[in-house]
Amino acid sequence: MVAVPGDDHAHDHKPGFFTRWFLSTNHKDIGTLYLIFAIVAGVLGGYLSFMMRAELGEPGIQIFDEDVRRFNVYATMHGLIMIFFVVMPALIGGFGNWFVPIMIGAPDMAFPRMNNLSFWLLPTAFACLIISFFVSGGDGDGFGGGWVMYPPLSTSGSPGPAFDFIIIGLLAAGFSSIFGAINFITTILNMRAPGMTIHKMPLFAWSVLVTAFLLLLALPVLAASLFMLLTDRIPGGTGFFNPAMGGDPVMFQHLFWFFGHPEVYIMILPAFGIVSHVISTNSRKPVFGYLGMAYAMVAIGVVGFVVWAHHMYTVGMDVNLKAYFVAATLVIAVPTGVKVFSWLATMWGGSLRFTIPMQWALAFIALFVIGGVTGVMLANAGFDTWAHDTYFVVAHFHYVLSMGAVFGIFCGFYYWFGKMSGYLYNKWLAGAHFWLFFIGVNMIFMPQHFIGMNRRHVDFPVEMADGNWLSTMGIIPTGVGMLFFFLMLAEAFIRKRPAGDNYWGEGATTLEWTLPSPPPFHQFNTLPRISDDDGH
Amino acid sequence: MRLKKALMFGIPGLLLAAGTASATVWGLGVENPVTENAQGINSLTKLLMPIIIGITAFVFILMGYIMFRFREKANPVPSKTTHNTLIEIIWTVLPVIILLVIAAPSLQLLYDQDRIKDTTLTVKATGNTWSWTYSYPDLEGVDEIYSNPLNAEQAAAAGKPYLKAADAPLVVPSGTRVKVQVTSSNNLHAFTVPDFGVKVDAIPGIINEVWFEVFDGKEGIYYGQCAELCGVYHYYMPIEVKVVSPSEFDQWVANGGSFDTASTHSGGAVLTAEAE
Repeated sequence: MVAVPGDDHAHDHKPGFFTRWFLSTNHKDIGTLYLIFAIVAGVLGGYLSFMMRAELGEPGIQIFDEDVRRFNVYATMHGLIMIFFVVMPALIGGFGNWFVPIMIGAPDMAFPRMNNLSFWLLPTAFACLIISFFVSGGDGDGFGGGWVMYPPLSTSGSPGPAFDFIIIGLLAAGFSSIFGAINFITTILNMRAPGMTIHKMPLFAWSVLVTAFLLLLALPVLAASLFMLLTDRIPGGTGFFNPAMGGDPVMFQHLFWFFGHPEVYIMILPAFGIVSHVISTNSRKPVFGYLGMAYAMVAIGVVGFVVWAHHMYTVGMDVNLKAYFVAATLVIAVPTGVKVFSWLATMWGGSLRFTIPMQWALAFIALFVIGGVTGVMLANAGFDTWAHDTYFVVAHFHYVLSMGAVFGIFCGFYYWFGKMSGYLYNKWLAGAHFWLFFIGVNMIFMPQHFIGMNRRHVDFPVEMADGNWLSTMGIIPTGVGMLFFFLMLAEAFIRKRPAGDNYWGEGATTLEWTLPSPPPFHQFNTLPRISDDDGH
Repeated sequence: MRLKKALMFGIPGLLLAAGTASATVWGLGVENPVTENAQGINSLTKLLMPIIIGITAFVFILMGYIMFRFREKANPVPSKTTHNTLIEIIWTVLPVIILLVIAAPSLQLLYDQDRIKDTTLTVKATGNTWSWTYSYPDLEGVDEIYSNPLNAEQAAAAGKPYLKAADAPLVVPSGTRVKVQVTSSNNLHAFTVPDFGVKVDAIPGIINEVWFEVFDGKEGIYYGQCAELCGVYHYYMPIEVKVVSPSEFDQWVANGGSFDTASTHSGGAVLTAEAE
C-alpha cells in the first residue's frame, strides 16, 4: 500500500475564523465553502421547482394568478440556479477541490489564490441572479425567457435590467468556472505524487480532468454569446441576433448549445467518477476495465462537442445536417454503455455492502439508464418532431440530471461525509433521506414522460390533469426526504461520533483513506510515493 | 380515484398498448395520426419502445441478480478480476448494432418528413405575441385569418377545449398536399399540430417550410399549442386547424373565406379544377 510518511500534525495551525473562511487558499476549506454554497442555492432552486409543481397540480392558474409571468421567471431561475449554482459547485468546486489534490497525492491546488477567486465569484454571481428577481424585466419583475435565453425574447422581448443582471451573473459564474478549470488542469497534469502516472490516477480525478477541459473549451463560447446578447440589448447597439439588422436569432441557439451540450457532460462526468469509487469500495474490488472507463469519459467529452444541434431539430435546419446530428448523437450511447456495463462488471464477483452511498450509486445507475434510453429516443429527429419542447424532454433531462447528477452528489456526500467532517452520520436518517427522495423524484418525473404536455406552460388542457397531479404529489416525499437530509446533518454535528481514518475498510484504496478524518489542514508535506504494483 | 386513473399510465398501459391497435405506446407519440408523417412517428416509437424497454429491463435484471448473488453474505471473498477483453468488445459492438437498427428507419422518417413534395396549396402561418395569423398567398379573395385564443367561458360556450381552441381556425382541405410557411412577427414561436406530425419554429426574418397531407375522410378539427417559449402567454396561444373536404374548401374559397353559403361570388374551383 501507499506509505504516508511525516505528516506533521503537531504543527497543524489553522488561521482565525475570518482569515480561514473569507481569505481561504486551502483546497479543503474552499471545497467546504463550495458545498455549503451549493446546499444554500439548492434550497432556493428546489423551492422554485416546488412552487411550479404546486401550480401544475391541477388545471387553471392558482398560485401565479396575480402575475402569470412569474411562472416563467421561476422556471428560468430554477434552471440557471440548479445548473450553475448547485450541481457545478457541488461536484467540481466541492468534491473536486476536496478530493482531487488528495487523490493524486498533492498538498493543495496549483493556484490557491485563484481557487479563492473562483469561489468568491460565485456568491457574487448568485447575488446578481437574486437581484434580477426583484428588478424590472419588462412587463414585471425578473427575467422569464427560459434558461436558454433565446433572442429575441431575451433582447427586444425583455427590456429592463432583470436580464442584464443575469448576464452579468452568468459571466461571473463562467469566469469562476474557467479559473477553476485552469486550476484543475494544471494541478492534475503537474502535481501528481511520484509514481502516480496518469494511467494510475483515480477515476474521480480523471473525470474532473475531462470536465475541466470541457469547461475550458465551452464556457468562453457562452461568455461570448452572453456579451453579444448584452450589446444587442443596448438601444442602438449591435444586431448579431436581430434579423432587422441582418442578424440571425438561430445563430444564438447554435452558440448557446455549443456550450450547452458539453455543459450537460460537465454536470454528469464528475458523478460518473464518484459512482465508480463508491461501487468499487462497496464491492471490495478494483474498478473493472479502468482504462476503458477513463477513455469512455474522454470519448463522451469529445463527441459531446459535436452533437449540439440535437437540441434544435425544429429550427428548420437542412435535413442532411439533422441526419448528421442524429448519427453523432446516437454514437454517445456507446461509451455511456461501456460505463454502465463496467460498473456492473465491477460488482460482479464482488462482496457487496449496501451502505448508504452504495444505495445512491445503485439508484444512480438505474435512473441514469432510464434517462439514457429516453435520450436515445430523443436523438431521433423524426421522433423529436413530436417530443421537442414537451414534458418528455423535461422528464428525460431530469432523469439524467436531477437523478443522475444530484444522486451522484448525494452519493459522494455520504461516501466522504465522515472524511470531510470527521463524524459519522445516523444511518436511519440517511436511509430515510434516500428512500423518500428516490420514491419522490420517480413519482415526479416518471409520469411526465406520458403527459404529452408542452414545456413552460403554466396551465394545461384538462385531459392532462391526472399525470400532472401524480407528478405534483411526488414533491411530498421529495420534500420530506430533504428534511431528513438536514436532520441527518444536524444530528451528525450534534452527536459528533468520530469517524475513523478509513471507515469503509479494505475496499477503499485511494489516498484520502490513508489520512485522518478530517485530514490535517495541510496534507502530504512529504509527498506519498506510489509503487508500481499499486492498483487504481 | 385520481390516483387510480393516474396509475393507468403505468404497467397496465404497456400491456394494453402492446396488444391493441392503439395509436400510441403509453401515450408516447401522436394520439390521432392523420398524416403519413404522423404515422411514421408512431411507427418509429413502436420500434424504439421495445428496444429501450428491453435494454432497461436487461440492465435492471442483471443488476438485481448481481445484488443478490454477490451480496456480502453470499460471497464474502471478492474476486480480483478487472479485465476481460472479450466481454468489453461485446458490450461495445452490441450497442453499435442496436443503434444501426434504430438509425436506418429513423433517418428514413427524417427524410420523409423533411423533403417537401409538390404541394397544391400554400399557407402562411405567422406567430405573433400571442396569436396566429394565417394567410393564403396564392388565393385571391381570401383574407388573412386572425386566430386568437378563446378564453375559458368562450371555449365552454363553443363546446371546444380551453387552451386549444381559437376563434378562427386555419382551414385546409383533406387529401391535398399543403405547404405551410412559418415565420414570426416578433419572438420565437413554434407551429405545432401533433396529429399532423408537424412542429417547426417560427423565427423572425426566417421562413421555415413544412408540409402535410391529411388523409381523405379524416376531416375535422385538430389542435396544437405553441411549443417554443414566447413570453407571458406562451401557454395561451392555441393552433386550431379545420380540415374540410376539397369540395367544401373550394366552396369556402369561392365564398371569400367563409362557410356562409349565402354570400357566394365567383371565385373558381381551385382544388377540384386542379385535381381533374
